[in-house]
Amino acid sequence: MTIRAQVGMVMNLDKCIGCHTCSVTCKQVWTDRPGAEYMWFNDVETKPGVGYPKRWEDQEQWRGGWELDRKGRLRLKAGGKLRKLLSIFANPDLPTLDDYYEPWTYDFEQLVDAPRQRHDPVARARSRITGEQLDEISWGPNWEDNLAGSPERIHHDPLTVGIEDQVKAQYEQAFMMYLPRICEHCLNPSCVASCPSGAMYKREEDGIVLVDQQKCRSWRFCVSGCPYKKVYFNHRSGKAEKCTLCYPRIEQGQPTICSETCVGRIRYLGLVLYDVDRVEAAASVPDEHDLLEAQRSVFLDPSDPLVRAQALADGVPEDWIDAAIRSPVYLLAMKYRVALPLHPEYRTLPMVWYVPPLSPIASTLETDGYEADPDEVFSAVDDPDAMRVPVDYLANLLAAGDGEVIRGVLRRLAAMRHHMRKREVLGEHDDSRPRAVGMTSQEVEDLYRLLAIAKYEDRYVIPPAHTELAGQLMEQKGTCGLDFEDGPGNCGAIERDVSGPPGYESAVDAEAFMLPGEDRVDLDIVQMLGDRRREDAEGR
Amino acid sequence: MARPKPRKGPLLGLHRHLRRGPISEEGWSQLVAKDRRWEASYRGRWSHDKVVRSTHGVNCTGSCSWKVYVKDGLVTWETQATDYPSTGPDMPEYEPRGCPRGASFSWYIYSPLRLKRPYVRGTLLALFRQQRERLGDPVEAWASIVDDPEVARAYKRERGRGGFVRASWDDAVDLIAAAHVHTIKRDGPDRVAGFSPIPAMSMASYAAGARFYSLIGGVVLSFYDWYADLPPSSPQTFGDQTDVPESGDWWNAGYLLVWGTNLPTTRTPDAHFMTEARYRGQKVVVVSPDYAEHTKFADHWLAAQPGTDGALAMAMGHVILKEFHVDRSTPYFQQYARRYTDMPLLVTLRERDGVHVPDRLLRASDLDPASEVENGDWKPVLIDERSGEPVVPNGSVGHRYGAPGEWNLRLDGVQPMLSLHEHADEQVAVDLPRFDVGDGEHGGIMRRGVPARRVGGHLVTTVLDLTLAQYGVGRPGLPGDWPTDYDDPQPHTPAWQEAITGVDRRLAARVAREFARNAERTDGRSMICMGAGTNHWFHSDQTYRTFLALVLMCGCQGVNGGGWAHYVGQEKVRPLAGLQTLAFATDWSRPPRHQSATPFFYLASEQWRYEHIRPADHASPLGRGLLDGKHVADVNALAARLGWLPSYPSFDRNPLDLVDEAQASGASVADHVVRELREGRLHFACEDPGAPGNHPKVMTIWRANLLGSSGKGHEYFLKHLLGTSESAVRAQETPPEWRPQDVRWRDEAAEGKLDLLTTIDFRMTSTAIFSDVVLPAATWYEKHDLSTTDLHPFVHTFNPAVSPAWESKTDWQAFERIATRFSELAERHLGVRRDLVVAPLGHDSPDEIAQPLGEVRDWRAGECEPIPGRTMPKLIVVERDYPAVAAKWAALGPLVEQLGTQIKGTSWDASEEVEHLRAHCGAVRGGIADGRPSLRRVEDACEAILSLSGTTNGRLSVAGFRALEKTCGVPMAHLATGSEDLRISFADAQVQPRTVMTSPEWSGIEAHGRRYSPFTINVECDKPWHTLSGRQQLYVDHSWMLELGEGLPAYRPPLRYTAIFGDQGARDGSQRKELTLQYLTPHSKWSIHSEYQDNVHMLTLFRGGGMLWISVEDAAELQIADNDWVESYNRNGVVALRATVSQRIPQGTCLMYHAKDRNVGVPLTELQGRRGGTDNSLTRIVMKPTHFIGGYAQLSFGFNYYGPTGSQRDEVTVLRKRESKVVYE
Repeated sequence: MTIRAQVGMVMNLDKCIGCHTCSVTCKQVWTDRPGAEYMWFNDVETKPGVGYPKRWEDQEQWRGGWELDRKGRLRLKAGGKLRKLLSIFANPDLPTLDDYYEPWTYDFEQLVDAPRQRHDPVARARSRITGEQLDEISWGPNWEDNLAGSPERIHHDPLTVGIEDQVKAQYEQAFMMYLPRICEHCLNPSCVASCPSGAMYKREEDGIVLVDQQKCRSWRFCVSGCPYKKVYFNHRSGKAEKCTLCYPRIEQGQPTICSETCVGRIRYLGLVLYDVDRVEAAASVPDEHDLLEAQRSVFLDPSDPLVRAQALADGVPEDWIDAAIRSPVYLLAMKYRVALPLHPEYRTLPMVWYVPPLSPIASTLETDGYEADPDEVFSAVDDPDAMRVPVDYLANLLAAGDGEVIRGVLRRLAAMRHHMRKREVLGEHDDSRPRAVGMTSQEVEDLYRLLAIAKYEDRYVIPPAHTELAGQLMEQKGTCGLDFEDGPGNCGAIERDVSGPPGYESAVDAEAFMLPGEDRVDLDIVQMLGDRRREDAEGR
Repeated sequence: MARPKPRKGPLLGLHRHLRRGPISEEGWSQLVAKDRRWEASYRGRWSHDKVVRSTHGVNCTGSCSWKVYVKDGLVTWETQATDYPSTGPDMPEYEPRGCPRGASFSWYIYSPLRLKRPYVRGTLLALFRQQRERLGDPVEAWASIVDDPEVARAYKRERGRGGFVRASWDDAVDLIAAAHVHTIKRDGPDRVAGFSPIPAMSMASYAAGARFYSLIGGVVLSFYDWYADLPPSSPQTFGDQTDVPESGDWWNAGYLLVWGTNLPTTRTPDAHFMTEARYRGQKVVVVSPDYAEHTKFADHWLAAQPGTDGALAMAMGHVILKEFHVDRSTPYFQQYARRYTDMPLLVTLRERDGVHVPDRLLRASDLDPASEVENGDWKPVLIDERSGEPVVPNGSVGHRYGAPGEWNLRLDGVQPMLSLHEHADEQVAVDLPRFDVGDGEHGGIMRRGVPARRVGGHLVTTVLDLTLAQYGVGRPGLPGDWPTDYDDPQPHTPAWQEAITGVDRRLAARVAREFARNAERTDGRSMICMGAGTNHWFHSDQTYRTFLALVLMCGCQGVNGGGWAHYVGQEKVRPLAGLQTLAFATDWSRPPRHQSATPFFYLASEQWRYEHIRPADHASPLGRGLLDGKHVADVNALAARLGWLPSYPSFDRNPLDLVDEAQASGASVADHVVRELREGRLHFACEDPGAPGNHPKVMTIWRANLLGSSGKGHEYFLKHLLGTSESAVRAQETPPEWRPQDVRWRDEAAEGKLDLLTTIDFRMTSTAIFSDVVLPAATWYEKHDLSTTDLHPFVHTFNPAVSPAWESKTDWQAFERIATRFSELAERHLGVRRDLVVAPLGHDSPDEIAQPLGEVRDWRAGECEPIPGRTMPKLIVVERDYPAVAAKWAALGPLVEQLGTQIKGTSWDASEEVEHLRAHCGAVRGGIADGRPSLRRVEDACEAILSLSGTTNGRLSVAGFRALEKTCGVPMAHLATGSEDLRISFADAQVQPRTVMTSPEWSGIEAHGRRYSPFTINVECDKPWHTLSGRQQLYVDHSWMLELGEGLPAYRPPLRYTAIFGDQGARDGSQRKELTLQYLTPHSKWSIHSEYQDNVHMLTLFRGGGMLWISVEDAAELQIADNDWVESYNRNGVVALRATVSQRIPQGTCLMYHAKDRNVGVPLTELQGRRGGTDNSLTRIVMKPTHFIGGYAQLSFGFNYYGPTGSQRDEVTVLRKRESKVVYE
């Protein structure tokens, strides 16, 4: 057993109001700059919908994440070292600019500067990539907001595969939910494993996955290797970039920007202690339905004295262990079991988990007749299959298709509402609802406090980094999740100073990649995001 | 700013691994020691020089505290503050508060949309400079331009067509000041107007201009009614503008009906209280035609057809009345109804065609006409159940202005009888109107019955008995037609509503029953959140009254966690008394010229000339013809001459000259004016709005985008008010036989009425684009100010993170400069004058008992004598020391001590506060304001606002409650106990948001961690509501209300535009397919009105421009694919935009999120070749006659309190796919 601490996040989708404040604050702080215009470290998608980039969930197309080979061993879905080597100049699984969107701005100056003219002036759209005026804007990072254009695309959403009859673009059957997404900072990150340069690493102390901006060699295998499509390629600096889990803040004990600015108060941050040595086995269980429990089994109970002793031995600071005990992530995922991983079937053991949403009772079941008992206001809420969001749809998102997992969580949430209504609204006490879902009244009430009262200090339990160890930071350890048979090699295994596309070797110094520097690496973005076939044609 | 060059640092070359670490047990992962110094880069990005607290001044009700980050002297970004005072351990906090729009604000500061310098249209500036040079005087220069019709027309026609040139502040202000001075001199101060909305969103900035206009006698335009955010139902029912629970009180509700307000989108920072209260056991039911953000959180979605909400509410009322008031009596509901509602009050029944119709409330004066009961016409009557005798309960408006100590709701042993059913002399058939039938607006008649008695010679019944008849809840022995059960499709059963709304009858019944049962078990903790979706309709007052009836039937109002929760507009200035003192300069002179904006713009933009809906069209089939033959402009003229509503400009003569004339004639001003009016030499300006002398001439807009956002009838504004060539109006004028009787029709419609339009803003909106002068304003991160909202109890400060960029100035500085130059020019041209202010009869003053019994008496028709202040407006002379305007503007005047501060009828002495401010702000030395507290610094103005309000100064709260105790005769000062020594200073609020205190300025109790809920003071202290009866009124008995059949809450469908206007299609000879759709303009997720809709972040996060949401079915019909260009048009104008097709939209309805300005990405239209308009290109002002009523208790004028609303939601539009190429120029 080797114990490490991981900063994890839980988002309660049941509270998400779809406001996108998280996206905007993240954008302004991290990616509002040349080369990063199209990047949204945090985005929010309306589901059903194809998302950003389009159909990111379709791993048959993008080949992100892991799969089991015929021997049941874990391997990158995109293929091993050999395939990578063969395709190193023409990564076949990269999304194009069309899959993200072409960022744009407007000629606002016109409004003030327009000379005397026939009509009142107008600011026209202009591409931030080509600088050309755009006659038409045809896609954006949130094009499908609130089911916009859904009738044309609803079944392009990979989650609807197999349940098309349950998800229809009809007014009477309308439903929607929001899915805010950041990097999953996986325990078993396929992006790190995909990186030929050793530029990607998972920090030992907190599990944050980063791209070393000095070491990145622009291969972009991380972009394709990540099944969540949360690694992006900066077309100015020529480096991959991704959500950093706001480590400059996390290190100070502050929540990420997206968390602190979440006005839906849906986000939780906390530590999870886990056993590094069990990661591979957990990610390798044959049945996808077992992946959830397998990942849970990797998590360790920080209150267990043995775990505590080993953690200390493995260098986890004591105050971090204490913080892990209070961790809302651990509580929601492990104790109350209402949080679930996003697409566990990708086998990356993601560390941003979600509480699935309740939804209105479907109209066909809404009417109980005139005799409905007005004291039983939640009469249909216990039945997850009566709700508008199909259980199977949620299961495809959060449970590798296992609807029972979703039903279990929704029943616990419903039981909480029943129980608390009795206690808080009607002033009665009754343990029957908690018991029916295998919980005690106390547990239900504690869960209620965490989900409803949700004070700042309970949402975010983040111990500051021990920067007094700063001397060590110079040679701090990073974890690479790679090194297996037929893998692309361990950290830096492909250590080549091959010049990729010209200019890649230009070192980009510490902060320079954030700035529109004069010496910036100005890549041909068409090549980066555009038509792969053109690359092929040019013999790359 | 120089960009740092990438450094070739020592890290270069260190990218290789330093050493390898151990491989994990299974060999899966490996520790590798590597150089991580590069991580410093993101840490560097996160570092900043300082973090400054500020907020956003936008009409969104948010009022959120933000941390603004400054790095290298630039604002980089913002995140929400999280340090709000705690709500206590058992509920969620108010943190964080903010939304994506606010989070994108910093984009504006350095964006190319920012106004950096003053601009004037080149032709006008050249003219002005040339004439000033020639004449040597700016006022004469201005006169020479505008008094020459050819010259004036030429520069006006260029409005909006580019050609701005930079001007210096001195030149721009010189031009503005000269225009004001000239107009006052030639036409009068009531020809200059200022428009700025929503003081709560930045109080000092609002006050800056409003104070200037109030000091010069200019017209200060209202906004809350103009925006149609005012729910007229609130004055009608509560006698209060709007008072609602803070969002934290949603937490206390056990049942939440969300009805016309999309909480996650429009109350983004507060929506979490709703999502979290669900976990506490709250049930949430959403009524909405589209599947919107809030629907996601509902337990049930009731998809009522747009505008039919009143029908659903009537049916719910039917169920509640039947099950909780008739089949079974509910003690809590009964006790509440007896004491706090008008349900037990007696209503007279008038005979009509052999049956009866409800008439007015019985009064004390009816009981014994001979007796000299004080204010007997203003005291309703009920029957005491114990004695069976009529009793005049305390608390009516008659008591309010009578002997002190009786204005309270104490029953003193009386048990009000709610129904006469067991105690009737006879059972009487009554006819009641219904409006769900017929092709026009008139509806039909239904016959019901009530138990009645004879009292004081009148046949009477109770309000509750009438209500039961209205809702169709029968009882044994009553005559009339009654529904047999819920499935009987008679009004107002669940089955009846199903045919109208489409909502399943059983579901409607179930929600009603649950709502009431929850209230019964929790003593009223059932709440209805409502807003623009149900409030922006023409008949929204009726719709809202059907909602309010539900909360009154269930005893929910004045209870934490219960009642109405109306959220549209950031109307709540918590330190109201302080703001009003400063903004309206009541410290120097009273009264200000407050004007209802809706009728003002109706005349100013000549929309009245296109009127096709007559007031009588809305009349009940049981009406008496009181409105027959009138045009809406006639109703406005009547309201002006009866003192109901203000009307500026007032007369066809300069009010300064009128006073001089009176003086010369030796008569009093009032006598002179009455005589001139009577003898036909003087006319109200609103009787000839086309006359050049009656036009508003000079208008300044700040903190607002009138043209690109709120201007209903946008194209009419462009054509008539501004005289541009770009207007897209397609409408026909009013046919000759429907034209006004009392208002002059000129053959030639006036165009280009305004001589000068000035906009002060920080971004280039279309209001700025069409203005003559544009002044650059400081942004919200560049100034000091105050913000409050109804949604939370805190006072927030604005603070400058950086100095006003480029040549921008704060609104406070801008108006100081304008006032200063104005005063300089006034020395020569104006001097000291006396001004005649024609003021309407005001609410919360004795004026409101001027016109008894709700009868309309027109002195012009000889129905009464013209008596200023009773049968006509008040005529008040105010001295204007024009050269002293700037000095007064910058100092707190002496009337604060001399006359005290008045707020909603309560007054207090603030002498101590003046002393405090003199010390705090420093005293002015010399001049007219010698020794007065200085207001030159805006921080001091903020301090004055906070010092002069009871919400932020406990001493005044106690003083106010003591004063109120005398009027009411019940104890109330205890409400402020503990806060007497508390005072929130501006500096306090800069450190942290501060929680306000309970104050008589408002009706709720917010002490000791209690959440604000309105009218808790009324319920818990027996303080009357500010209505005629002192109770919450279901029944409103003014004769015009009865004329419209709206004595009681009723369902009135959306206006039948298709029937009125017929086909509004393109009629361009093409055979292209069109569809006429209901046109809804809800609030957007990607903007706050027009703010942020031009922000690249928001444009990126949706589709980069205006979109029209349509249904799958309608898209298929017109062969429109998602994102296709379409065109939407009707008689009012044309809009060019793209379509969004979605299954969340019902067939027959389209949505264009409102306040989509025409300045970003809008092409020329296919239909006319002009710039595609705004959402308001398709609307036009329509006004309801009952909103003009005045001089009658709660139906009396108050600024933003009562008046016609600028509703727009009933409109229909025609849609077709665009075929031609999209072009922009």
